[in-house]
Amino acid sequence: MYVAVKGGEAAIANAHAWLAEERRGDARVPEIGTDAIREQLTLAVDRVMAEGSLYDPGLAALAIKQARGDLIEAIFLLRAYRTTLPRLGASTPLDTGAMTVRRRVSAAYKDLPGGQVLGPTFDYTHRLLDFALAAEGLAPPATAEADPGEDAAPPRVTGLLAAEGLMAAEDASDAEPGDLTRTPVAFPAGRALRLQNLARGDEGFLLSMAYSTQRGYGNNHPFVGELRQGEVAVSLTPPELGFEIEIGDLMVTECQMVNQFHGSRTEPPQFTRGYGLVFGRTERRAMAMALMDRALRGAELGETAEAPAQDEEFVLSHSDNVEATGFLEHLKLPHYVDFQSELEAVRAMRAAVEAERSRRAATQPEMEGPEG
Amino acid sequence: MSGLLPGFADPVADAQSAFRAVLEAVARPGRVQRLPRSPAPPAPLSPAAGAVLLALVDAETPLWLDAGVTAAEWAVFHAGCPLVAAPGDAAFVLATGAPPALAVLDPGTDEEPQRAATLILQVATLEEGHGWHLAGPGIEREHRLRVAGAPDGFVDAWAASRARFPLGVDVVLCAGDRIAALPRSVTIREG
Amino acid sequence: MSGYNFAYLDEATKRMIRRALLKAVAVPGHQVPFGSREMPLPYGWGTGGIQVTASVIGAEDTLKVIDQGADDTTNAVSIRRFFARVAPGLATTERTAEATVIQTRHRIPETPLREGQVLVYQVPQPEPLFRLEPRRSETRRLHALADYGLMQVKLYEDIARHGRVGSSYDHPVMVNGRYLMSPSPIPSFDNPKMHRSPALQLFGAGRERRLYAVPPYTEVRSLDFEDHPFVPLRARGRCSLCGAGDSYLDEVVTDDRGGRLFVCSDTDFCGERQAMREAAE
Repeated sequence: MYVAVKGGEAAIANAHAWLAEERRGDARVPEIGTDAIREQLTLAVDRVMAEGSLYDPGLAALAIKQARGDLIEAIFLLRAYRTTLPRLGASTPLDTGAMTVRRRVSAAYKDLPGGQVLGPTFDYTHRLLDFALAAEGLAPPATAEADPGEDAAPPRVTGLLAAEGLMAAEDASDAEPGDLTRTPVAFPAGRALRLQNLARGDEGFLLSMAYSTQRGYGNNHPFVGELRQGEVAVSLTPPELGFEIEIGDLMVTECQMVNQFHGSRTEPPQFTRGYGLVFGRTERRAMAMALMDRALRGAELGETAEAPAQDEEFVLSHSDNVEATGFLEHLKLPHYVDFQSELEAVRAMRAAVEAERSRRAATQPEMEGPEG
Repeated sequence: MSGLLPGFADPVADAQSAFRAVLEAVARPGRVQRLPRSPAPPAPLSPAAGAVLLALVDAETPLWLDAGVTAAEWAVFHAGCPLVAAPGDAAFVLATGAPPALAVLDPGTDEEPQRAATLILQVATLEEGHGWHLAGPGIEREHRLRVAGAPDGFVDAWAASRARFPLGVDVVLCAGDRIAALPRSVTIREG
Repeated sequence: MSGYNFAYLDEATKRMIRRALLKAVAVPGHQVPFGSREMPLPYGWGTGGIQVTASVIGAEDTLKVIDQGADDTTNAVSIRRFFARVAPGLATTERTAEATVIQTRHRIPETPLREGQVLVYQVPQPEPLFRLEPRRSETRRLHALADYGLMQVKLYEDIARHGRVGSSYDHPVMVNGRYLMSPSPIPSFDNPKMHRSPALQLFGAGRERRLYAVPPYTEVRSLDFEDHPFVPLRARGRCSLCGAGDSYLDEVVTDDRGGRLFVCSDTDFCGERQAMREAAE
């Protein structure tokens, strides 16, 4: 006799227990602490903070531990926490010009005021597995004292170009930008919301979309005008005080891409900006964001949008990995009610086709083709 | 396989040296290059033909050759290449006697001219300075090359092949430890 | 570095690349697909050039590596160090005249090249038509038909709009009158140096998996129109270090009040000239 399947609660409890066991792994191996994750998997922490839209290395480390290293799952955890937080106010705009740089490079100039500061980069390492790292307990080699350059806050490259009149001016606005976590985005979204969306978009998505513009699907001619990484102060002007107070520092990466612009009826030929600003040392994300910002400025600059990367609605609607992974993975959920009606529909269509075929065979047997 | 003659004495360095000579030969058609680090392949293969073969041929390149069983065994053992019966199926064609007609070798396609066959052609001697007049990419004004033992009617067959450019066959001429190349881009006039 | 073959690549990979290079030389300007390998440096850093160099060099060679014309740029230093590690016996140099193989990103040395030298270009985007037709299946057909109307139209539109051909770098060239080719992102100033150069020029694009070549003394014509001839661009002025008035110049920003000076991008050329001037004094 058939007994209908039940017992969902027990199944879920068992799955969670097993998940906890798997997360811990072999109990003979010491448990990883969130402090170790925060200190040693810093770039994972930075990515989770950036896409989680929450600057808190400790919580990001916890999310990574809980998610067993699945960064999208960790981002999801952080987002779910973030949404419970009260919104107390908006900071004044960050002054990245006053950043204490730990890394600052320009691909546009060989040398410039403030110099090129490589910082702790993978860029010129040879990607050969370093088996010495597999041995534990080795102290890292002492590094030379970090040299912040002659000037801890070097001038911006785009400022140098602007001084010569070669950099297109941006529309300045003191209006408080919208908040896409509180108000659904309507299209056209405008640059401020676009940048917000890109700043927390999936790194892989941004990377691939930006890469497509480099391969001809949406033209651009980008130069890294400047990439800078370091700490900036966050300030707030509480209405009850009426003056600015500093509330802390953020580690951020800013990328300013410089693109040639041939000019239009109203604008002379000059360089236009693609802008990226992200939490942490997430340089790849900052660069991809800057390329995408420029690609999505086509309408404003009188360019025709031909490629996916230039389509604002397409890009902004598909960049969020918490949304994307949710909808994609929901296909695992039961769909048997819908599937039942699909089954019935397919069976009915097949029956109709069969009936038609038999009817034709009965009336015109000589017309049957070899593949019929 | 006892008695099989050795290949390159130093497979890495000798292959590089042979390749550079072929690259230089193809880049400067008609200039004669020496291959001092050639192996001593079984007769009738010349040291140069043996070196070119081992430098370029392997399991990915079907080979046709007319040099007999011992030479074929040597080539298969050292290069690991598959042998084919029809010259038109070969990526590399090694001829020690009268070669197959250029027209039957794979000329590549309009979109993939790089798929064309390479003909390694053993001749009696190669001498610069007189003989054929060569012109084309890689040649400042004109190179002269005397080829003793070139197949009958080669210059006419070459002209017909040249007319199909960028399709065509690239030839490496070998004599003793010397080589010269005729990439498909070159034009030949009798001297 | 133990555990790796000479010049890092295994012999089968080198043979594959070598065969592709020979076909590339035989069909000047034609892009030959090749089985590009993952290298220990990232795509975009010069993996194509590195693979070509690794397949060409031997212990008797003398290698020079430049990026932006300079031997001391970080990426040039890194690549030169890589080869010094993986190719025992290989000599390296910063002198153009002494090198047998020169790997470059974005420049052709000022010192004229000679026979016997191989110039290896790092190429990010081998397809000259990619901005006009992004589908490689389609551009391959256009190359087969030698149908370069798209590019002619684009250049014509540039002239109509700006009074000059628009590309200041990576300006497309016709090779041997047959194939349209990307010279790699060298400044258009360098384009004329490709024409009938005595050296062999090889191009490697690792990420896009293409190789191509220009044999010595081959015609390389920068695309233009009779009434709007190709004019290479260069910053007006002289090098502040060596005084050269005919070299390609880098702009160096000296302060944030508009201070600028110009220096040769080719550090070897500039250093030689400075040394000669000192010797003369």
